[in-house]
Amino acid sequence: MGSKFENKILTYTSWILRFRWLVLLATIVAVLGAASGMRHLEFSTNYRVFFSDENPELTAFEDFQKIYTKNDNIIFVVQPKDGKVFSPKVTEAIEKITAKAWTIPYALRVDSITNFQYSWADGDDLTVEDLIRDGANMSQAELDRRQAIALAEPLLLNNLISPDAGTTGVNVTLQMPQVDIREVPEAVAVARQIATEIRSEYPDLKIAISGLSMLNNAFAEAGEKDIVTLVPIMYGVLLIFMIIMLRSFGATFATLLVIGFSSVAAMGLAGFSGVKLTPISVTAPTIILTLAIADSIHILVTMLNLMRDGHDKIFAIKESVRINFLPVSITSLTTIVGFLALNFSDSPPFWHLGNITAAGIAVAWALSLAFLPAILSLLPIHAKARTESKYTMQKFLGRFADFVLIKRRSILIIMGAASVALISMVPTLELNDEWVKYFDERIEFRTDTEFAIANLNGPYVVEYSMEANEAGGISNPEYLENLETFTGWLRAQPEVAHVFSYTDIIKRLNKNLHGDDEDFYRIPDDRQMAAQYLLLYELSLPYGLDLNDRINIDKSATRVTATLLNLSTAKVRTFLDRSEAYVADNLPAYMIGKPTGATVMFSYISQRNIEGMLKGNVFAVILIAGIMIFALRSFAIGAMSIIPNAVPILIAFGVWALLVGQIGMAASTVAATSLGIVVDDTVHFLTKYLRGIREKGLSRPDAIRYAFETVGQAIILTTIILTFGFAVLATSTFLINSQMGLLTALTIVIALIVDFLLLPAILMIGYEKETKGVTNEKLITQTA
Amino acid sequence: MKNSSRKLLSRLLLAGLFATLLAGGAYAGELEDKGFEIAARSDRSDRGFTDSVVDMKMILRNAHGQETTRTLALKTLEIPDEDVGDKSLIVFYTPADIYGTALLSYAKILDPDDQWLYLPALKRVKRISSVNKSGPFVGSEFAFEDFTSLELNKFTYKYIGEEVCGDFTCDVVERFPRYENSGYTKQIAWIDQTVFQLRKVDFYDRKGALLKTLKLEDYREYDGGYWRAQTLRMENHLTGKSTDLIYSDYAFKTGLQDNDFQKGVLRRVR
Repeated sequence: MGSKFENKILTYTSWILRFRWLVLLATIVAVLGAASGMRHLEFSTNYRVFFSDENPELTAFEDFQKIYTKNDNIIFVVQPKDGKVFSPKVTEAIEKITAKAWTIPYALRVDSITNFQYSWADGDDLTVEDLIRDGANMSQAELDRRQAIALAEPLLLNNLISPDAGTTGVNVTLQMPQVDIREVPEAVAVARQIATEIRSEYPDLKIAISGLSMLNNAFAEAGEKDIVTLVPIMYGVLLIFMIIMLRSFGATFATLLVIGFSSVAAMGLAGFSGVKLTPISVTAPTIILTLAIADSIHILVTMLNLMRDGHDKIFAIKESVRINFLPVSITSLTTIVGFLALNFSDSPPFWHLGNITAAGIAVAWALSLAFLPAILSLLPIHAKARTESKYTMQKFLGRFADFVLIKRRSILIIMGAASVALISMVPTLELNDEWVKYFDERIEFRTDTEFAIANLNGPYVVEYSMEANEAGGISNPEYLENLETFTGWLRAQPEVAHVFSYTDIIKRLNKNLHGDDEDFYRIPDDRQMAAQYLLLYELSLPYGLDLNDRINIDKSATRVTATLLNLSTAKVRTFLDRSEAYVADNLPAYMIGKPTGATVMFSYISQRNIEGMLKGNVFAVILIAGIMIFALRSFAIGAMSIIPNAVPILIAFGVWALLVGQIGMAASTVAATSLGIVVDDTVHFLTKYLRGIREKGLSRPDAIRYAFETVGQAIILTTIILTFGFAVLATSTFLINSQMGLLTALTIVIALIVDFLLLPAILMIGYEKETKGVTNEKLITQTA
Repeated sequence: MKNSSRKLLSRLLLAGLFATLLAGGAYAGELEDKGFEIAARSDRSDRGFTDSVVDMKMILRNAHGQETTRTLALKTLEIPDEDVGDKSLIVFYTPADIYGTALLSYAKILDPDDQWLYLPALKRVKRISSVNKSGPFVGSEFAFEDFTSLELNKFTYKYIGEEVCGDFTCDVVERFPRYENSGYTKQIAWIDQTVFQLRKVDFYDRKGALLKTLKLEDYREYDGGYWRAQTLRMENHLTGKSTDLIYSDYAFKTGLQDNDFQKGVLRRVR
């Protein structure tokens, strides 16, 4: 490339400096223009954003919801201090919550122990009524009788009443039109208001609020919380580093402008593109800050060093841009490629994260090479004469290089063995996406939901649409018997806390219509009978408590809802597999009975993402290797560079497997993004190594020593910045982000170790053989 | 709502009510009076039909676009006493599983209706006792009260203005259920100014949000000046489900008597 290209860069930099005011003005106008898009940014309030339109679990669930109802829920979990739900006071409170819950926007139905439609017979009179009406004026004996009924009712027990009758739930089914993201916060605000009112009226009640709508809301709350904590922390961390490293107010100020501009411009562009923010994509500004700083640092460090050596500022700027133009461009490009590879994920929030970050890095690249030189030329920047410290560092790195060269065989063996050992741990990683645990305890949803799980019922619901083979077929005794068998099987599973099945209703009706004779608490023998019972029951139900959400319109399918205990997604998957196998082996094929729902979707989200990201990683590896080959102008070394770049990620997964053991959907995405980041170190190291061999005619060991001395310090500095930068993500309220941040930080540290130990050792492979013959080495390198 | 059949009883009622209202000045506000008058005039237009018999087809649709059909017959007996609702008898023909199932209802003004259901499979008549029957009728988007007789004083009214509705100009009246267990907080009714028939009703749920819309179409004038919509379309805005009620020809004054509306006849009606 040499001088021709670098002359062009010099001309370019002179031009930038001549028109620096214009450059500044244009930058500010462009950044403000882009940043103005931020006004369109809003948080998504729907867990479905984590699934692409093609996600098979999502499409199955959407089909299911079209047949029954598309619904989310909010559940009030109520626990009196004295542990007695069936008291006049508490039932009065439950009746109030039930009534008020109807005022929650988009409420479709409200179910509680008080409005449960209890049916009973008196001769040929069938009464269908609220289980408790006006509980405040009921005698304790009467309430005790109702408690016994509730605890004997399979539809209520473990669903809306705990076995000890100490905790109860009021479940609100919501049908969100999903046209406006404010729907969820609107409903949640009313629900919280109701809880607050009831708490102040009944101070002895503990009320927690959970459910899928609360989950949806928590995504927005977690994202909002993150943006106000992560971004300031990140600025703080970076500021400290810059002050220590640059020791120049002007340089620090200029860098702050570059990274701040990059991140707001990228977020503004995201706003224009109309994406909805998620707790995942909202980490983009934080990531941009930490990645954008690298470009500026490289330019500034070179410039300040030149000034410390006694050069004037303008010369130092021009020279620094000349030296850094290519490395900065290449490292930006590889990072962009890594983040763009996120588009292969199955989960749209990762696309958004990838695209926003890629845009931010592109902006940072442009700003570092145009705006930064322009503003540096205007700011007062003073560099003290060089101290010894830099040389000490260089000396240390030189000695380190010697150490590596001497011990290279042991290093190769130890590092190789350690890598293999750690990488072999990767298969033990367990994929876990318990979405309650996506949020840490700072988010109310987490604590409230864990309270609900511990005391009543969890949100891990699996739905089955059990099909009959014809219209009206759900009244066929054969269908009902099969459904009953399946219901019984589900109830016998250790993972299952509760099952809602139509058979419980039809059995009760059969009993009611035979004068409440317990012998008739079974599936009716006759199809017409079952159909007519159902008709009778439907005619007796009040508004909002009908069966339309459990039975499809031509009565050819019913819905079975199983609530699972608090399980890891791996255990959920084994349960799902088992349930599918059971259905296949024991029920007629037409019943289908494929599990669906949010729990199923999240159980497979990691696999789906990994499937998608496998392609993404291939894409990233090939492109990045191509860039390396181009940048290094050596096919062999470019291709070889994949090893020091890919190995750290695999080792990081191995370390994670050892230390943590579980990982969520962040797992799949870290590989591509960290590949784009860690490749920078290799770019810098190998560039210098090859420059040593090609331009300076050094032997391999000398070239390695040269690389350590010239670029070792910069690599260490950027590693420190990036490690801390990604570690900041660990403070996120959102588990996926903290996992992604920690894993990336880990990868970056391991990459440094690999680049400093394994890479030189690999570069030395075969060196003796060559030097034993003629000095092939020299010949080769000289002609290169 | 007040379409055809349900207006049976209402007309009587309203006559009585109207009288009381005029005499006693029961309604303080002008808009309330006007709203009531408009509802009463519509109700009056149907007075004296005595009895009617009609076959109906009910077409249910879900958000998926799937359809299913039920057929039934509805017989209505007008009760001249305005403090008592009309009597109705519904017999189901399809689906086959419920063939011959018959529902007898005595509408009440502010109390739950009296209802008996004959179950052919059980060969027994069961009295249904429940305070609230505003749930979906046989899985449709109609509540029982939405398509059977409209009782004028089940509601209080308020006039809100007039509006073009199709080929007509309509009076728009809000009506508020007086029955405490109603599933609705409010309904808005469009009544044309030409023949005083109900054209459209919006139903508002307990949180005051628009839940369903009923459109009454294809009105025909029968002998005696009785108007009946031949098609009722109910759309649920929350769930995306809808139900159409398609009526065959009505027959009026068929000679039905009170003893045709006794639970004893239920097992013979099919």
